[in-house]
Amino acid sequence: MELHKFICINCPLGCSLQVEVEGADIISISGNTCKRGEVYARNEVTNPVRVVTSTIKVIGGEQGVVSVKTKDPVPKDKIAACMEEIKKITVKAPVHIKDVAAKNIAGTKTEVVVTKEVREI
Amino acid sequence: MYDIVIIGAGVSGCAAARELSRYQADICVLEKEEDVCCGTSKANSGIVHAGYDAKPGTLKAKMNLLGNERMGLLSKELDFPFVRKGSLVVCTAKEELLRLQELYERGVKNGVKGLQILSREETLEMEPNISADVQSALFAPTGGIVCPFSMNIALAENAAVNGVEFHFNTEVRDIQRLEKGFRIETETGSYYAKCVINAAGIYADKLHNMVSGRKLSIIPRKGEYCLLDKNAGKHVSRTIFALPGAYGKGVLVTPTIHGNLLVGPTSVDIENKEGVDTTKEGLQEIAAKAGKNVENLPMREVITSFSGLRAHEESGDFVIGEAEDAPGFFDCAGIESPGLTSAPAVGVLLAELLQKKLNLEESTSYNGSRKGILDPRTLPIKERNKLIAGNPAYGRIICRCESITEGEIIDAARRPLGACSIDGIKRRTRAGMGRCQSGFCLPKVMEILARELQVSQTELTKCGGNSKLLKP
Amino acid sequence: MTDYELVIIGGGPAGLAAGISARKNGIERILILERDKELGGILNQCIHNGFGLHTFQEELTGPEYADRYIQEVRKLRIECRLNTMVLDISPERKVTAVNPSDGMFEIQAQAVILAMGCRERPRGALNIPGYRPAGIFSAGTAQRLVNIEGYMPGKEVVILGSGDIGLIMARRMTLEGASVKAVAELMPYSSGLKRNIVQCLDDYGIPLMLSHTVVRIWGKERLEGITLAEVDEKGRPIPGTEEEISCDTLLLSVGLIPENELSKDCGIVLDPSTKGPEVNESLETTSEGIFACGNVLHVHDLVDYVSEEAELAGKYAAQYIKESKASQPVECIKEGKNGQSAVYRKEDKSSRPAELIREIRLIPESGVSYTVPQKISPARMPEQVTVRFRVRSIFHRCSVGVYFGERCIVQKKRLIMAPGEMESIMLSREKLREFPEIKTITIRIEEQMEEA
Repeated sequence: MELHKFICINCPLGCSLQVEVEGADIISISGNTCKRGEVYARNEVTNPVRVVTSTIKVIGGEQGVVSVKTKDPVPKDKIAACMEEIKKITVKAPVHIKDVAAKNIAGTKTEVVVTKEVREI
Repeated sequence: MYDIVIIGAGVSGCAAARELSRYQADICVLEKEEDVCCGTSKANSGIVHAGYDAKPGTLKAKMNLLGNERMGLLSKELDFPFVRKGSLVVCTAKEELLRLQELYERGVKNGVKGLQILSREETLEMEPNISADVQSALFAPTGGIVCPFSMNIALAENAAVNGVEFHFNTEVRDIQRLEKGFRIETETGSYYAKCVINAAGIYADKLHNMVSGRKLSIIPRKGEYCLLDKNAGKHVSRTIFALPGAYGKGVLVTPTIHGNLLVGPTSVDIENKEGVDTTKEGLQEIAAKAGKNVENLPMREVITSFSGLRAHEESGDFVIGEAEDAPGFFDCAGIESPGLTSAPAVGVLLAELLQKKLNLEESTSYNGSRKGILDPRTLPIKERNKLIAGNPAYGRIICRCESITEGEIIDAARRPLGACSIDGIKRRTRAGMGRCQSGFCLPKVMEILARELQVSQTELTKCGGNSKLLKP
Repeated sequence: MTDYELVIIGGGPAGLAAGISARKNGIERILILERDKELGGILNQCIHNGFGLHTFQEELTGPEYADRYIQEVRKLRIECRLNTMVLDISPERKVTAVNPSDGMFEIQAQAVILAMGCRERPRGALNIPGYRPAGIFSAGTAQRLVNIEGYMPGKEVVILGSGDIGLIMARRMTLEGASVKAVAELMPYSSGLKRNIVQCLDDYGIPLMLSHTVVRIWGKERLEGITLAEVDEKGRPIPGTEEEISCDTLLLSVGLIPENELSKDCGIVLDPSTKGPEVNESLETTSEGIFACGNVLHVHDLVDYVSEEAELAGKYAAQYIKESKASQPVECIKEGKNGQSAVYRKEDKSSRPAELIREIRLIPESGVSYTVPQKISPARMPEQVTVRFRVRSIFHRCSVGVYFGERCIVQKKRLIMAPGEMESIMLSREKLREFPEIKTITIRIEEQMEEA
């Protein structure tokens, strides 16, 4: 049996959550004060995901870099791999919000999309 | 071979360079930092002392008086800000009244004009925020405040325009006496000079002792300061001194020429000649002592603190003149307070000495006037708009706290001896000196400076050397 | 001099939302003055996500959130001038500004909305002893360098202050390859959101050192390290707890201060707690016709609340403009001493009936550090007024008590309240009218009795 510990992020209470896991099954969730905590704990154990936000190089733009994000959250353990690939992306100005800068980033089937307008100079 | 090599581009070295640039001579200033005004000259009170402190008959007393007298004209010739606001020495204990009287008499002996002993009431009327304990005060109407950066930079620029060379990042490692003149070894090569002026501030003893058997010993005397927001700038309208003690003039409270309030300095002898760090004890001492003479000091308004080293020579007086056992080697050493005030006179004195020594002739092309960086805020609206129409950079405000435009920053980088570091821009324009302490303008100033210097931003330094701002 | 109905100082989230709202409330001639080269303000450098959950029910990044408003401003054809620094605002609402293309110019506005935002507290304000090397940045400056300029300020980082900007930058620097050695926090708790503590620090194994501060800075040219020390309950470093950490970068996230230099020069009364203007229920400052919203008024936790507040400011400014049009001021001719006559505007306030002038002060007490607004006029207030406030420290199992004079009107139970989160209560006009005599409304945090 494995014991996972988290701090709940839903409110300033920051409950210390404990999840007992046996193989692929959750045996128990404790420490939460409300239902939201339970849901959060379950997700963090079974499929923790994060949206990755960063910047990529822009050529010929008013700014040297432009902000991007993964369109969907990616598995937490893929963040580093996503960053590796994001760092290599270069786009040409102009770019617009929602422009796709990369597809299937680090094999996550998620796109990297631009989050800011950068005009040409 | 240069006629004269001046070591040190602080205010004394630059004053000497400027006064010597009147003559036909090959002059070079060697400076170990990346810019002028990087040592004691950049970290002091910015006060123009009236001249009642120094013992009558000393060089300090003489230079102080002369320097104070010349400051007005010099500030006009070289376009740097200086105001004679007057100063007060506050006495808060009855038993010290005698010492205040002594100070008055000393001032009279030194030739200080207009000194007055004020009653408690007169003092409070002049400065309502002075401590309620005040018994009496010495009022010196000739006291003033100056921008030490602008003054130092103005002297240097004027010297440069009149032909003096400036070599930065050039630290002197050794000086050898030759049959005729000196060889000066630096990191970047050797320099030869008929005469040397040693204006190396805290290191002047080290240089002097390379050529002279009559040793000098300079003790770094640390002074820490707190600078307060302009919100507090009107708390007092003159420089407020405590009665001086053995270690100098005590903690003072003064408006700065740009409208901030400056509180300090402490006075502690240290060993490290590079020890310009502030200390917990020092900052606490300032907070504790400053409130003694001035009430309700808003110390919450501190925007920065800094520390400077006074070059205190053991003898206690300025050491200016040719070393007896090293002909051609001129010292300008032990220039602690009132060094800034004295600089205009020290420059003239050194120029006279060198002129005689080398029999220098006046230059026909000397131009003693210089214009500072144009501050658009000083212009009437119509002219300001004409300026912006001609150069839109004067309409783009980069430093919002001090209202400094891109035009001023570009000027600071392009003018003679232009700024090559972020601190250089700051000392020339005040960009980054305000209440946000460059939080907003730093990225913009970096962009402009990199463009002007034609380097990548990753090469920019805060103050030369290894002080790179970015770590790619 | 040009005339506008409404001039908005600042084109960040507050200014944009205020402009949109004023236009939707029927104001035609609106001008937004922005000092940067683009609209959007600080949101442009906040590239992380988590903005807009309240406003748009989706998680946006800062630039995306800003863009929604920028598009709306364009669609509504609201005039904006960029690269424009406002130099002065007079109590008569004459705005002086400068920019590269127009030079210095003056605008007479019927109403002004202050939306200048806030700035970060610098190192100097903390008076940390040591040298002054390169490598010490406020967190926001570093954020701009990394996210807009594309430059890394350093490789080995310590962050002082665990507010949200500090936490966000800890993650950002880590993602860009820096090693963030610690986030130190003077208080025994972080003022940042739990979500940021988990997703910015815990996810990357960055230690959060509560009750710690930087007591010494090392390195003369470039930062070489700092000394960290534990502090006692009064925030004083405890001798013997010092620990040196080598680093080339120190980021400071030690507080935000509303930028009110213009307001101060205009004679507007500031609240010493918020450091923003004192306002009434219409978000009008003590200077008639000058309104305030966003971080210049008080530092917000979520941009969504900034937008909400700004929308109100826009609406009230629009109302003010329309009202002053409806009751054109009486122009009186006054004979001067030298025989010349001068036209002056008759003070309208003096002619208002007493009930319109009556204002109730809101008093923050025991545990509440401030309220916005600071005063309410029962006659002018809309049906409901949201009063925002913050608590001074962490409270568990407490309640928010609202008192009309001495009488307790509301008691709202709360499991937890923290200084990092902005709180609010609603006041209704109807309720207020039941108590025509009260002069003050007090808000306080009270311990909750344990239920049996």
